[in-house]
Amino acid sequence: MIVLTGNDLKSGAVTWWTGTHWSIHIEDAVDVGENAATIMAREESSRRVNVPYAVEATLTAGVARPNHIKDRIRALGPTVRPDLTLKPADPDLGNWVI
Amino acid sequence: MTDIGTSPDGVQLRFRNDEPVDHASVTVDAFLEQSNANAVRVEPGDDARALLPHLGQIQLVEVNFPAFGDGRGYSSARILREAGYEGEIRAVGDVLVDQLPYMKRCGFDAFEPDAALNSDDVENALNRWPEVYQAATDNGTPIWNKRHAAAS
Amino acid sequence: MYKYDQYDQAMVDARVAEFRDQAKRRLEGKLSEDQFKPLRLMNGLYLQLHAYMLRVAVPYGTLNSTQMHALADIADKYDRGYGHFTTRQNIQYNWIKLEDAGDILADLAKVEMHAIQTSGNCIRNISSDHFAGAAQDELIDPRPYAELLRQWSSFHPEFMYLPRKFKIAVIASDTDRAAMKLHDIGIQIVKNTSGELGASFFVGGGMGRTPMIAPNIREFVPLDQLVTYSEACLRVYNRYGRRDNKYKARIKILVHELGAEEYTRQVEEEFALLLEQGIEPPFAELERIKPFFADPAFEDSAKTVDRSDPDFALWVDRNTNRHKHDSYVSAVISLKPVGGIPGDATAEQMHLMADLAKDYSFDELRVMHTQNIVLPHVKITDLHALWTKLDEAGLGTPNLDQIGDIIACPGLDYCSLANARSIPLAQKIAQRFDETGKGDTLGELKLKISGCINACGHHHAGHIGILGVDKKGVENYQLSLGGSEAEDTALGKITGRGFDEAGVVEAVETVTDVYLQNKQGEERFLDTYNRIGMAPFKEALYD
Repeated sequence: MIVLTGNDLKSGAVTWWTGTHWSIHIEDAVDVGENAATIMAREESSRRVNVPYAVEATLTAGVARPNHIKDRIRALGPTVRPDLTLKPADPDLGNWVI
Repeated sequence: MTDIGTSPDGVQLRFRNDEPVDHASVTVDAFLEQSNANAVRVEPGDDARALLPHLGQIQLVEVNFPAFGDGRGYSSARILREAGYEGEIRAVGDVLVDQLPYMKRCGFDAFEPDAALNSDDVENALNRWPEVYQAATDNGTPIWNKRHAAAS
Repeated sequence: MYKYDQYDQAMVDARVAEFRDQAKRRLEGKLSEDQFKPLRLMNGLYLQLHAYMLRVAVPYGTLNSTQMHALADIADKYDRGYGHFTTRQNIQYNWIKLEDAGDILADLAKVEMHAIQTSGNCIRNISSDHFAGAAQDELIDPRPYAELLRQWSSFHPEFMYLPRKFKIAVIASDTDRAAMKLHDIGIQIVKNTSGELGASFFVGGGMGRTPMIAPNIREFVPLDQLVTYSEACLRVYNRYGRRDNKYKARIKILVHELGAEEYTRQVEEEFALLLEQGIEPPFAELERIKPFFADPAFEDSAKTVDRSDPDFALWVDRNTNRHKHDSYVSAVISLKPVGGIPGDATAEQMHLMADLAKDYSFDELRVMHTQNIVLPHVKITDLHALWTKLDEAGLGTPNLDQIGDIIACPGLDYCSLANARSIPLAQKIAQRFDETGKGDTLGELKLKISGCINACGHHHAGHIGILGVDKKGVENYQLSLGGSEAEDTALGKITGRGFDEAGVVEAVETVTDVYLQNKQGEERFLDTYNRIGMAPFKEALYD
């Protein structure tokens, strides 16, 4: 699947395209199929996202899991500071990212 | 001879009182091959010093910025001013308001950006810097000269 | 240390206003991201893997307690309670919001700090010797010259859009503590045979994709021509540096492709022309700056410590550096606790370091390019009290220049440019050598890790260097040996095939075993490597 990620212009937070808006939770990310370029152009020009790009992902337990480790780290946070990730209490975090 | 210059009507900002040159400029190569032109266009890869023997006849130098991130034009302008050129140096192309104060310091006195600049933004940019640290081509006294002015 | 006058203050204040306006126009859509990017980079603001990252300048690595307290406050108020000290003596915050950036710059300006030109294709923070003004072996304090060049390079109108970034280092000793020859311009202040001070210019060094050691293009530039000569070097680069290929755009490529002789010829030609323009600052300016760096009021007192506490004695032996005044030392605060994140400090730790500087070091701190903090002037009689407080706060690890004193870039955990994570590797290596006790048997061993070819971890200059690469989507690590960032500047050599994370930890241990087996006398790892060569290491690793 192809999901879209970018940064919120004002806050810099990493966001994922949900089909209707940008969410900080990768669980909300949808498969955009062939529409990546169109969606990104529209969303970027209206400043609802900054510097978006398309990410290849694999649906895993109902959630898009990016194929590349960089994007998985991007989705949740630094592996060396689990307390700063989006899921500080999740013991399986490491397995999902790494 | 290739006429590739721009019309004075398109010049959004001009900080000179003399009459602008009213015809097209030629490339540096073309200029060097003949002796009648008085307006020349310098591309980023051109050597501005090639014009030095001919400064007396040049009234307009257009310095092209195909991309604002290519800073070679700044050196070209300064080199011309350092050599004593007093004609117009016009920045053309991808010229944005945020580069204005720095370009002016390098000797540009006219600006013809591809996209028109907002006049409030221009005003802000030109009034931004109360001082300058280092010497450039403008008449701004560097801070280190001001500090020791009484002594010198 | 240097204090702003009304002119310096006016400039940083104007810069804050300029950036606020630019950020506002970006948020309103008047500036596109492509147009805004170089502007925000020139204020140290990156868009990074997790958020905006702000790199604050620490000019020539020197700051006082007020400034360190302010850096701690910024970490708490705008970030997540910590900062990261970098390999260019700066500090970085990883969780910044664009909408706060103007306020942060304003807070910094209040304490005479800024983020000016800490990124972008312009002249960056000028680095220097972290023991400047304290070291026994320096000719003179190099920092007044760094300060002069800071002013010269700030908002320099001709050099805002260079082909690529430009890094300058200034030292004044034969011992190179700033990796001087691995900079775009490295300057060593020297004395000529007539006893006059001048600047020896090394141009065209750098790490990154194509590491190079800077050639000495001019042995002696009189100090009253320092700025003019620098300007000539930059102008030749601005005009002729490559702009066709981002990876070939540094000045080292220009110097390499022209040859040092031709590059020098062009610089000398430009220099002769520029001399006629009279751009040099009045010599009185250097005379004005120098007193800011005058010696503090040193007092004679005891010259030795009580070594009865072995932990304290070890820390003194490892983490203090001889001082030009024999009642003092420079003390190194390690930001490399075993298993910690190299170079990171919490806001609480920053507040403590600030207080300790005020109490024990004439209110001055230095940031090392090796990501530790220095208290430059500590009275020997104060060392025990200082160490006790550092130790309590987790800042007393006695590992300066030991294998546990790892230099690591933020890597894939933080950086969108990275190919591999560097921090977990640093942690595992430090832990391995601590658990086995082997770390204490190795002596000076400078290990550096970069998460990608951009080499922000300076791995080329590591006695042991590790480079993270992406091998078909999986993290992999290349090992190199024999690099040095000191005056015996050398670039490390790759051992062979790369390793996975567990493999490279083993490989590092193997390599240290080879050293211990072959070491003669008091040889350091680097000395043994230089004597026996790569072959025994390669054999142990791969056969």
